[in-house]
Amino acid sequence: MAMTSAREASVDLAPAEEMISRYLEEREAIIGLLQDIQEHYGYLPRPVLDRISERLGLPRTQLYGLATFYRAFTLKPQGKHKICVCTGTACHVRGAVPVLDRIQSDLKLAPGETTEDGQFSLQTVNCVGACALGPVVIVDGQYEGHMNTAKIRRVLRRYGLKKEDDGDAADSK
Amino acid sequence: MLRTRSDLEALQAECRKAHDPGLVTVTLCAGTGCRACGSLAVGEKLAGAIASNGFQGKVRLKRTGCHGFCERGPLVVLQPSGVFYQRVQPKHVDDILRKTIGEGALIDELLYVDPSSGSTIVKESEIPFYKKQKRVIFGMNGFIDPEEIRDYLRLGGYSGFARALSEMDGEAIIGEILRSGLRGRGGAGFPTGRKWDVCRKARGDIKYVVCNADEGDPGAFMDRSLLEGNPHRVIEGMLIGALAVGAQRGYIYVRHEYPLAVKHVAGAIAQARELGLLGENILGTGFSFDVKINRGGGAFVCGEESALILSIQGETGLPYQRPPYPAEAGLWGKPTLINNVETWAAASIIVTEGADWFNRIGTETSKGTKVFSLVGKINNTGLIEVPMGITIREVLFDIGGGIPEGHRFKAVQTGGPSGGTILVDEKGAPIRADMPAGGAAEHAVLPESLLDLPIDYESLTGAGSMMGSGGMIVMDETSCMVDVARYFLTFLTEESCGKCLPCREGIRQMLAILDRITSGRGQEGDIELLEELGGTVAETSLCALGGTAPNPLLSTIRYFRHEYVAHIRDKRCPAGVCRALLTFSIDPRACTGCGVCARECPSGAIRTRAPAPGESAPKLREGRLLHRVDPTACTKCGACFEACKFQAVSKE
Repeated sequence: MAMTSAREASVDLAPAEEMISRYLEEREAIIGLLQDIQEHYGYLPRPVLDRISERLGLPRTQLYGLATFYRAFTLKPQGKHKICVCTGTACHVRGAVPVLDRIQSDLKLAPGETTEDGQFSLQTVNCVGACALGPVVIVDGQYEGHMNTAKIRRVLRRYGLKKEDDGDAADSK
Repeated sequence: MLRTRSDLEALQAECRKAHDPGLVTVTLCAGTGCRACGSLAVGEKLAGAIASNGFQGKVRLKRTGCHGFCERGPLVVLQPSGVFYQRVQPKHVDDILRKTIGEGALIDELLYVDPSSGSTIVKESEIPFYKKQKRVIFGMNGFIDPEEIRDYLRLGGYSGFARALSEMDGEAIIGEILRSGLRGRGGAGFPTGRKWDVCRKARGDIKYVVCNADEGDPGAFMDRSLLEGNPHRVIEGMLIGALAVGAQRGYIYVRHEYPLAVKHVAGAIAQARELGLLGENILGTGFSFDVKINRGGGAFVCGEESALILSIQGETGLPYQRPPYPAEAGLWGKPTLINNVETWAAASIIVTEGADWFNRIGTETSKGTKVFSLVGKINNTGLIEVPMGITIREVLFDIGGGIPEGHRFKAVQTGGPSGGTILVDEKGAPIRADMPAGGAAEHAVLPESLLDLPIDYESLTGAGSMMGSGGMIVMDETSCMVDVARYFLTFLTEESCGKCLPCREGIRQMLAILDRITSGRGQEGDIELLEELGGTVAETSLCALGGTAPNPLLSTIRYFRHEYVAHIRDKRCPAGVCRALLTFSIDPRACTGCGVCARECPSGAIRTRAPAPGESAPKLREGRLLHRVDPTACTKCGACFEACKFQAVSKE
């Protein structure tokens, strides 16, 4: 695992301690605990994983194995706006790839990454089951349906993408 | 707390009585699809308007699970009249209450107009999308609030379980399931009763039942909609299964991407516990059973039952060699009965209604109904439930309403990335079933085309496809079959757990070859190499993920070899999808000079030019210049193609 970053060093462990206690009490599945942690912190912070390892007596390698095997988990902090592009089959045949490419080129971001300014995180998901709206992009839980390369840019601008960022400064409107 | 079967029956009667038939019920679809279209806002407005405008005691609002017709969401159905309103927005709420409920007048703009006949349809049951369906598993969805157990009880919920509990032993229950002819709805189609019997006979002090709701196939949302819309149906099925095999504990393993399903199932479990339908000494019979939810971690391979078992145990989900099968040694080495969501729901219906009722539906070898999510290039995207034996043509054209935008049907994919394959009418089919054959001039319609294949386990397998769990993805001539194969292999490369070599390396190599082909570097012999690799991966992989991974590839080669050849030999993508092989250009005869393409182009590749002397530019507006694509700057993103309102941009 990477070195603990400054941001991670300041992680508030109290909620995690509570979740771990509840887990020990109810003998819940470890994956459920990690999901609760991920939901609360937005990712799996290293100091929290260390605490889980200590209190549960599990090797950290095992936690790392789970965290990297399952798509639900990420070890990196997430951006302010979470963009999730559905790449399910229905969205794919309706043109999800050009939409994803446009997001990547406008934000200079690959799936799984966060912009340097911490504004946007980009993810893909295998299917959200809103196929009637495909291609679908979900931004901060809001479904944006029937996307194409032009519409997605308007959506991104709503969330703070500046015009000069998308190489479209010539647009006078 | 219910202590006996008669307590349960008394409560069911009380729930029926409390449901005043004099009230108008406004049912609002609040499944994930309709929520994405804004149904929650409609619900809030409805609730507020009913409370404040004198409709209290006259109108009741019910937020239900999925009605299936996602394409037209948010949906509102009025009961008992059956009036069906589609694409309802908050601004329509006052009119629905005041005009339709108050004065009995219909609101034209919310009614469904059948695109093929142009006629306006008032009632849900008369809409073509619903007409050929047979909603058994989803029968209650439109009538109950999934967060309210009393709705389920009102419609007779838990009667089947109560009957099994007081009148049947394990053998009798399994006899009923066997007689029903039910086969596993997760994809493989193994007879459910036989699996139950193996588990019942397996020795173990503890036994488990598991509901597999790790619905990982992209484009499939049957299980989600069922758990969201009617969670008690599934829990009742698990109770019956537990009773039959002698299990004490159950797990529902559900995708974490389905937060609403998790919420509704958790609520249902809590309500069932409160009434004593889950827990110790259920209905005073000494039978004890309880259910827990396990949220999946988003790994496709965990839908495979051995991987799912390890995942519930808190480990990484790497499949292992079977036998022993889970029914004999599963969770923590104990006999474990694993069934798919739809199978559990079907089991509860069979015990409630009787095997004879169930096996009258369907064909000789495939009984009952099957739920499909009908998605992709289809007019009526949605969730459908059809009797086994219905033809693909009926599903696509009568229920699905055909292919949008006048495009031509090309193929339908069932069974997901590893399960299924592509079915196609090889000679092309008319855009609508009722169009005469001459309507599709160069593509004569075969009377015995694959479109008329009945949907049942044997027919689909015989045609080189399979039932799968129920994803049905429709494609038209703008879908590239090489790209589709590449899509599934990309998916599987990411989802292969990496434990066995044929799957881990084989899929990656097949993908590398497809990458080469779609980027214009395909070589002679690539197709043969793909076939050989695919065969090896299928034969030698450890689990079903690898075993079926080559299916989408091999089936597209089987039916669309010519498309592969076009990519390899002619460096051409006939469907216009594979970007490396495309060239964008602007037709001067259609260009108006409006400049939208230039504004949308992210790479500044659109240039302007004056018409050459004698060049015809009939659409060009006064004072404007023609546009053209500079191939040296074009990144082939397709933005201009999508942006142009005059179809002046072409790609080939």
